[in-house]
Amino acid sequence: MTRPKPLVAVKDLNFRRGDRLIFDGVDIEIQRGKITAIMGPSGTGKTTLLKLIAGQLRPDAGFVSVDGLEVHSLSREQLFLLRRRMGMLFQSGALLTDLDVFENVAFPVREHTDLTESMIRNLVLMKLEAVGLRGASHLYPRELSGGMARRVALARAIALDPMMVMYDEPFSGQDPISMGVLVQLIHRLNDALNLTSIIVSHDVPETASIADYIYVLSEGKVVGEGTPEELGRSRSEWVMQFMHGLADGPVPFHYPAPEFFDDLMAEPLR
Amino acid sequence: MIEVLRRFGRTGLRFFERLGRGNIFFLHVLAGVPALVLRPTLVIAQTWSVGVRSLIITVVSGTFVGMVLGLQGYNTLVDFGAEESLGVVVALSLVRELGPVVSALLFAGRAGSALTAEIGLMKATEQLDGMEMMAVDPLRRVVAPRFMAGVISMPLLAAMFSAVGVLGGYFVGVGLLGVDEGAFWSQMQSKVDVYEDILNGVIKSLVFGVVVTWIAVFEGYDTVPTSEGVSAATTRTVVHSSLAVLGLDFVLTALMFN
Amino acid sequence: MYSKTVEIGVGVFVAMGLAALLMLAMKVSNLAELTAADGYQVTARFDNIGGLKVRAPVTMSGVRVGRVTQIDFDDSTYEAVVRFSIDPRYMRIPLDTSASIYTAGLLGEQYIGLEAGGDENFLADGDEITLTQSAIVLEQVIGQFLYSKAAEGGS
Repeated sequence: MTRPKPLVAVKDLNFRRGDRLIFDGVDIEIQRGKITAIMGPSGTGKTTLLKLIAGQLRPDAGFVSVDGLEVHSLSREQLFLLRRRMGMLFQSGALLTDLDVFENVAFPVREHTDLTESMIRNLVLMKLEAVGLRGASHLYPRELSGGMARRVALARAIALDPMMVMYDEPFSGQDPISMGVLVQLIHRLNDALNLTSIIVSHDVPETASIADYIYVLSEGKVVGEGTPEELGRSRSEWVMQFMHGLADGPVPFHYPAPEFFDDLMAEPLR
Repeated sequence: MIEVLRRFGRTGLRFFERLGRGNIFFLHVLAGVPALVLRPTLVIAQTWSVGVRSLIITVVSGTFVGMVLGLQGYNTLVDFGAEESLGVVVALSLVRELGPVVSALLFAGRAGSALTAEIGLMKATEQLDGMEMMAVDPLRRVVAPRFMAGVISMPLLAAMFSAVGVLGGYFVGVGLLGVDEGAFWSQMQSKVDVYEDILNGVIKSLVFGVVVTWIAVFEGYDTVPTSEGVSAATTRTVVHSSLAVLGLDFVLTALMFN
Repeated sequence: MYSKTVEIGVGVFVAMGLAALLMLAMKVSNLAELTAADGYQVTARFDNIGGLKVRAPVTMSGVRVGRVTQIDFDDSTYEAVVRFSIDPRYMRIPLDTSASIYTAGLLGEQYIGLEAGGDENFLADGDEITLTQSAIVLEQVIGQFLYSKAAEGGS
C-alpha cells in the first residue's frame, strides 16, 4: 500500500497516567487534506491523543511527528511556532470569557501578528462570516449557545489560516440543528481552506458522514480502521458494537463485579 | 503509630513539592514580567480589577481604623496628660504596622481571592489550555500582568490606608476630642521618620504585595480544574496569604525596627 | 475589555496612591525637615544628658531651631558630647549662648533649650557652646531634696 507522506504520524505510542495505561502501541497516520476521525467510547483517551499531537503532553514511548517535525524533541519556541499552524477546537469552546466574540477571534491575530486595526477587523469579520456569526461579533461568550460558542471557537481556530484543525468532540451535547450546522461547517471549511482535519468524537453517524478515514480506539489500542464504508461492513465484534451502538458485546454492560448471587449473600461491610 | 508517622511524612513531602512548584512557577512568571513593558495595556487593565476595585474597602477600613486609634489612643494618653502625642501614636501604628498589614489582609480577601477564582475558572473552562494551543503562553499573557498589577497596587493601597487613617485619627482627636491641632501634627512630624518608618512601611507592603499576589495566582494556576477545586483554592489563597502576611510581618518588623 | 474609563480610573488610582505617599512623607513624617536641615553644626558638652536622644529638638524661647544629630561620650573628660544642627535661618545666635537639657512635661521627651547671651559674635559652624546645664535626673532631685530636708531638721 503506497500512500503519500502523512501530515501527522503517530508511531507505537505509549502513554500512561498514574498506573493506568492509556495508549499501548497506537499507530495512526493522518493524510493531508482529509478529514480523519478518531473514535471510541468515552474514557479511551481521545482528547489525550490530541494533546499528545499538540505537544501538551509527553508520551512515555513512541513518537509523534507533525509535518515532518518530531513534536516532543522540539524546544518550547519551536513548538509554539508549530502550534501557530494548528488550530484546536475544545469541547467547551474555551472562549476567553472576558472578551467579546470579535476580540476572541482577534486574539490569536493580535498575539502573533502586527497587523493594523483595520486589517484585523477585515480578517476577523471574514472568519466570522465563514461560520455565519458576523452579526454576533459584539456578544460575550456567556450570551452564546453551546453551538454558537463552538462556531466562534472554530472561527478563532482558523483565524491564522492553519494547516490543520483538531476538533475535540465537536458534536457532543448539541441539538440536531446545530449538530447539522457543525457537520456541514467542518466539511466545507476543510475543502475551502484546504485544511487537514482531525475529529475526535463518539457521535458515529455525524462523524461517519464527513470523515474520509476513521480509526476506532479501545483500551489503548486501535481496534479498527478504514473508510466509513469499510468500518460499517467490519466483522470485528468490537467495531460492530461501537458503530451500531449495541448495549452488550465485547464492551460489557456490567462493570466488573463479583457474582451477583455472592454479593447479595455477603455480609454487609461496615 | 507507624501510620501516623507515615501520614506526617507524606504531608511534609507534599508540602515541599508544592512549595517547589510554587517557586518554579514564580520564576516563570518573573521571566514574563519584562515583556510587559511592551504591552502596558495588559497591566493597566488588571490594575483596574485588582487595585481600583479594592480601593473603596481599603479607604473605608483605613478611615475607621484611624478613628478607632484616635479614640483609644486618646483615652490611654489622657491619663498621663500626654494627649498631645496622639498624632504620634496614630501615625506610627498606621505607618509601621496597621497600614501595610491590614491593607494586605483586605487585599488578600478582596483581590487575592478574585484572582485565584478567575485564573482557576479559566483553567477549569480550558481557557488556559486553549491559549496554549494558540501558541500563547498563559503565564505571560494571563498570570504575569495580574502579578504585576498586584505588586504595583499593594503599596499604593497601603499608603492610602495609612493616609486616610491619619486623617481619621485627626478627625477624632482634633475635631471631636479637642487635642491641639498644632501639637498633633508637629509631634507627629518630629517622631515619625521618613526612612525608618515610612520607607520601611512601604517596603513591607511591597513584600506583602509580592507574596499575596504570588500565592493568589499560583493557587489559581495550580487548582484542580473543577468547581470544588476552584472554591478550595480560593479559600486556600485567603488563609495562606493571611498567614504569610502576619508571619512575614513579624520577621520584617524584627529586621527593620531593631 | 479595555476602555477609556479603565485607563482614567487606573490613572486616578495611581495618582491617589502617590499623593498618599507624598502626604505621609511631607505631612506625617520629618522629610520636610530633613531636606531643609542643612544647618550649621554646633557642639555642646554635658555632664549628664539624661534621656536625650538623636533627633530631639533644639529650641530657643520655645521655638524649634534645630535638632540633635549625634551623641558621643568623651572618655578623657567623662562628658557627653552632643552635636546638633541649627537651621540656617537663625544665624544670629550669640556665642555665649547657654544650653540646657529640659524635659517636656513631667514624663515627656527631653530636648535642648538654648538661652541667648550678650556676645557681639554669633555662633558659626563647628563652634562649641561652653555654658551648659545637665539634664535634671529625677532620682538626684529627690535625693537632694531629702538630704536638704534632713539637714534642716538636724540644725
